[in-house]
Amino acid sequence: MKASLFKFSPNVLDIDCAKVTAALEESIREIVFHRLRKKGAVVGLSGGIDSSVTAAICARALGKDRVFGVMMPENDSSGDSLNLARLVADVLGIKTTVEDIGPTLEVLGCYQRRDDAIRKVIPEYGQGWKSKIVLPNLVESSQYAIFSVVAQSPSGEMKKVRLTAEAYLEVVAATNFKQRIRKTLEYHHADRLWFAVAGTPNRLEYAQGFFVKNGDGSADFKPIAHLYKTQVYQLGRHLGVPEEILRRPPTTDTYSLEQSQEEFYFALPLDKMDLCLYGKNHGVAPDEVATAVGLSSEKVQRVYAMIDSKLNSTHYLHLPSQLIEPVDEVTATH
Amino acid sequence: MQQLEQEVRQFIIDNFVFENSNGSFSNEDSFLETGLVDSMSIMTLVEFVREKYAISIEDEELVPDHWDSVSRIACFVQSRLGLVEASQQNVSDGA
Repeated sequence: MKASLFKFSPNVLDIDCAKVTAALEESIREIVFHRLRKKGAVVGLSGGIDSSVTAAICARALGKDRVFGVMMPENDSSGDSLNLARLVADVLGIKTTVEDIGPTLEVLGCYQRRDDAIRKVIPEYGQGWKSKIVLPNLVESSQYAIFSVVAQSPSGEMKKVRLTAEAYLEVVAATNFKQRIRKTLEYHHADRLWFAVAGTPNRLEYAQGFFVKNGDGSADFKPIAHLYKTQVYQLGRHLGVPEEILRRPPTTDTYSLEQSQEEFYFALPLDKMDLCLYGKNHGVAPDEVATAVGLSSEKVQRVYAMIDSKLNSTHYLHLPSQLIEPVDEVTATH
Repeated sequence: MQQLEQEVRQFIIDNFVFENSNGSFSNEDSFLETGLVDSMSIMTLVEFVREKYAISIEDEELVPDHWDSVSRIACFVQSRLGLVEASQQNVSDGA
């Protein structure tokens, strides 16, 4: 690992928000109007910081009348999500619509398939139960990233059972319907408005494969994919995103039991994950990062190994469709 | 022990070693370092071992020390089988 040329501290992620905003606005205009030749942008609004900042920056770049927000609650959504999405849309002055995807997911068997999968390890799981899937603490121990399901009975009793490979894949395959149906609706509105679809991943999510292929991983452009989550929050403050959204802990809002992104995918609070990712990307030695994040050097090394492991295992999510032979007339135009 | 190693090795070859790969890995090769078995595959391997040898596997035991090579898995299984046999002996002595 090469020696770092600067003193590593939590401030390495500080950005000049005015400058970054101006650069983002110019790039978004170039991409949407000139490269994609579209009239505006559709943003799926979840009530979270990433979609709020994406909508805000698009509204500034393209004009608020050229941004359309789509809010898509379902049966397991937190009630806060819709309220917060409406709040940011009001603040930005953009037009929106609400599409309740619960009935569609029911018809597809999303909830049934997920529950059937959970019943493979918790046979009594059923009506009135809630659940989420969690990882062990991967920083405190060297355990493999093997998921367990945490379920709560209607009477409040909690159970935690390790998932089999089959059950895990079936739970994920079922819940992935949510992200894919949302994307289907975003593209519907984009098609009818001749708008481009803005994706909302931040750098941690994009780089670590925290998205669903052809779900939230699909978009025409992703304006904040290069920004660390910490930087997205800085922009949020600068752009006037409501305080309630800035304060809200990042959630997957995918399972019926509240699930943090830390439990589901990242091993650390996101601000520490950001610093570890930044440190790794810039060849900073683990013990320098350790001081900044308040962990031991050994734990940072473990996080570095996890980052590499996720980069490798999720690489396929970034691949375009694989052709047997190149189609030159398409390649030549890019 | 040799039989354990062979059974685990064969399961890995049958399930995780794709065609055109000649299956040339040693029983001591680290799965993490070679990329032979990834975290998703570990889940399948754990279930195979649990069902075939009828042993329980605690979450805390799902660590590379026990699972990162054919030899390590065989050692882990052997130690658990040894414990199972010992407890069965205790039960029959008690009766």
